[in-house]
Amino acid sequence: MTQTRTPISLGDEIPAVEFRLTRDTLVRYAGASGDFNPIHYRDDVASSVGLPGVLAHGMLTMGVAVQSTVRWIGDPGRILDYQTRFTRPVVVDPDSGATISVAGKVAQVDDESGTARVDLTVTYNGETVLGKAQVQVRLVSA
Amino acid sequence: MAVNPALQGRVFPPVPAYLVGREKIREFARAVLSDSPINFDLDAAHAAGYRDLVAPPTFPIVVQERTLAQLLAEPDAGIDFSRVVHGEQRFTYSRPIVAGDELTAALTVASIKSLGGHTMVTAVSEISDSAGLHVVTATSTLVVRGEES
Repeated sequence: MTQTRTPISLGDEIPAVEFRLTRDTLVRYAGASGDFNPIHYRDDVASSVGLPGVLAHGMLTMGVAVQSTVRWIGDPGRILDYQTRFTRPVVVDPDSGATISVAGKVAQVDDESGTARVDLTVTYNGETVLGKAQVQVRLVSA
Repeated sequence: MAVNPALQGRVFPPVPAYLVGREKIREFARAVLSDSPINFDLDAAHAAGYRDLVAPPTFPIVVQERTLAQLLAEPDAGIDFSRVVHGEQRFTYSRPIVAGDELTAALTVASIKSLGGHTMVTAVSEISDSAGLHVVTATSTLVVRGEES
């Protein structure tokens, strides 16, 4: 197939996206991922271990956050590397849920290896919840 | 119960093969709020040059989880699951995962470090296909909280 290259330049900003997580989202992710830790869907269990409420799975936040980059480059197969630290929990209210905001910026472009690094800023209630969230993408499609 | 420092460097046997299904990819993609046609629509995946649906970037956690279960169940590991918090995660790909892949994974405990009463366990799971070729490396750092906290 023809090789297309998305023009990616240093400093490019990825359109900011908001994702709303509800208790339904958590249950769906539990089923899809196989992570049935009850702190992600039971208030009584969450409070019994001293948590402020039911939390989103870190891996759900990580998986959702990268979707903004996937949307931007148009192809999930061009993600070469993705890493993050889980720095703060996302508490998901039973009624109002939780809205996470994802912004991103191209922090590095390496023409030699044909890759770029996108740094994500993921916030909930104005606080960063993922640290060092970095996505390495391939500049050219397969 | 404390984490056994002798775990460092331990290599676990590969877990049984995991066959990546098309509907599983769709299910996982919906769960992470993907709207990428390449996760859902076969024609879109073919048009982008793939032989089948492509899995979302964090999908390997499904396979890696089986290796982490081995680690947690290791009799001498000393890892109390109720004290485990996910600290860090990384996926490093050689190629995307597509439906039809038969994947296996083998875990190595890369490091055990103590930090302020907590123990950080870094586990590296190498995920490869039925031809034995590397697909993705999934690295998790688990924080095991100390008894007093």
